[in-house]
Amino acid sequence: MSGLIKSSIVRKVVMALSGLFLVFFLAQHFTINITSVIDPETFNTWSHFMGYNPLVQYVLQPVLIAGVVIHFVMGFVLEIQNNKARGVKYVKYKGGANAPWISRNMIISGAVILAFIGLHMYDFWVHEMAYKYIEGHPEDPTRYHAETVHKFEPIWRTIIYIVSFALLALHLLHGFASSFQTMGVNNKYTPAIKTFTKAFAIVIPLGFAFIAIYHHLNPITH
Amino acid sequence: MNLNLKIWRQKDATSKGQMVDYPLKGVEEDMSFLEMLDVLNEQLINKGEEPIEFDHDCREGICGTCSMQINGRPHGPDRLVTVCQLHMRSFADGDTIVIEPFRATAFPVIKDLIVDRGAFDRIQQAGGFISVNTSGNTLDANAIPIGKDIADTAFNAATCIGCGACVAACKNASAMLFTSAKVSQFALLPQGQVEAPERVQNMVRQMDLEGFGNCTNTGACEVECPKGISLENIARMNREYLSATVKG
Repeated sequence: MSGLIKSSIVRKVVMALSGLFLVFFLAQHFTINITSVIDPETFNTWSHFMGYNPLVQYVLQPVLIAGVVIHFVMGFVLEIQNNKARGVKYVKYKGGANAPWISRNMIISGAVILAFIGLHMYDFWVHEMAYKYIEGHPEDPTRYHAETVHKFEPIWRTIIYIVSFALLALHLLHGFASSFQTMGVNNKYTPAIKTFTKAFAIVIPLGFAFIAIYHHLNPITH
Repeated sequence: MNLNLKIWRQKDATSKGQMVDYPLKGVEEDMSFLEMLDVLNEQLINKGEEPIEFDHDCREGICGTCSMQINGRPHGPDRLVTVCQLHMRSFADGDTIVIEPFRATAFPVIKDLIVDRGAFDRIQQAGGFISVNTSGNTLDANAIPIGKDIADTAFNAATCIGCGACVAACKNASAMLFTSAKVSQFALLPQGQVEAPERVQNMVRQMDLEGFGNCTNTGACEVECPKGISLENIARMNREYLSATVKG
C-alpha cells in the first residue's frame, strides 16, 4: 500500500480524480448560482435545500472538503518533489518554447484559487455555520438571495472574485483535459475532450464573474 | 560568422561549475554544432587550455549521446534533431549561444557538458526486455502476424534513442516519455504482452527511485524529442500501470 502511495502515477491519478470531482462540483455550484440572477426565489429554494438537507450537509459536504484538501495537499507534495528533481537550475531555460505558461504554472493558479477558497469559505460557509449552529437562528428559506447580493456590494471583493475566476479559467484550461491523459485516455476522443475543456474553462468562470458583477451593479437598496 | 559562446565548465562531479565566455570567430554555417565545438576545442588545446568535454558518438542522430542544452532548449532550436544534426545556419552572426549540460538530479554532471544517464539504463534493466529462449528453438518473430498499425506504433515507440531530451525539457525533470516509450514498444506486441504487468510496474518503480519528477502533461517532452515520441505512450503506460495495479 505504501508503495502505491509513493508511485508517481498513482499520485497523479489522485490529482486527476480529485480534480475531476471538483470540476463536477463547479458545474453544480454554477447551476445553482446562476439562478440568483435569473430567479431569486429558485435560488433561495435551492440554497435552503443545500443548507439543510442532511445528505448534502453530513455526507456530500465532508466529501467535498476532503476532495479539496486531497487535491491541494497532493498538488503541493508533487510540486516539492518536482523541484527536487532538478536540484541545479538552468542558466537559460526557454520553457515557453515547448509548453504553454498555464501548463507550467499550475501551482501559481492553484495557490491563488486556494487563497480564494479561503476567502469564499469565510464569506459564506463560516457565516452560515455561525448563523445555524452558534447564533442558533431559526430556518429562513428567504434570506439567501439578499445575503449573496449584499456580499458583492464592496468593489474590492467583486474584483478579488473576478481575478480568482480568471485564474480558475487558466487552471481548468490545462487541468481538465490533462486529467484524462493522466488516467490513460489519449485516443480519438482526445480532440473532443480538449474542445470541451476550452468551452468549460471559459464559460463557467466567465459565468461566475458575470454573477459577481451583476450583483455588484444591482444592490438591494431597501 | 562570429559567435559569443557561454559554456558550462565543471572540473568533475564534485566541483562547483560556472559559465565561461568563449568568443569564436570564423564559424561556417555548414558546420554542425559539434564541429563548431571541435573547432573551439582545437583552439583551446593549441593555447594549452583544457578542452570542453561533451558526449558524442555516431554524429548521425541515432546514438543519443550528444545531449546538451542550447539556448535554453535540449538539442537547440531546431525540431526533431539531435545536437550532431544541428547546423550553424540555425544561428546568426554575432549570436550569443548558452550551452549547458542537461539538468536533472537523476542526471548528475560528470564533467563540463557530460551527464551520467545511467538512470535510464537502470530503468531499462528493470523490465525493458522480453524473456525468450535463445537456445536455437525460438520462433522467428516475423512468423507471428501483427497488424501494420500496431507494428508501426510499436516501432515508433522503439525509435526512442534515450538521449534524455524529454527529461531536460520537462519543468519537472520527468522521465515519463522515455519510460513510456520503452514500455509501449513491448506492450503493443504479442512477444512483450506476456510480461507486460510486471514490466510496467518494475520500470515505473525504478523511474521513481531514480528521483525523476512527476509528469504534469505540459507536453514539452513531446515537442523537444528528436524522434517525435508521442504523449500517447505516456497515456498507454498509465493504462498499463493502473491495469496491472488493479489486477494485482
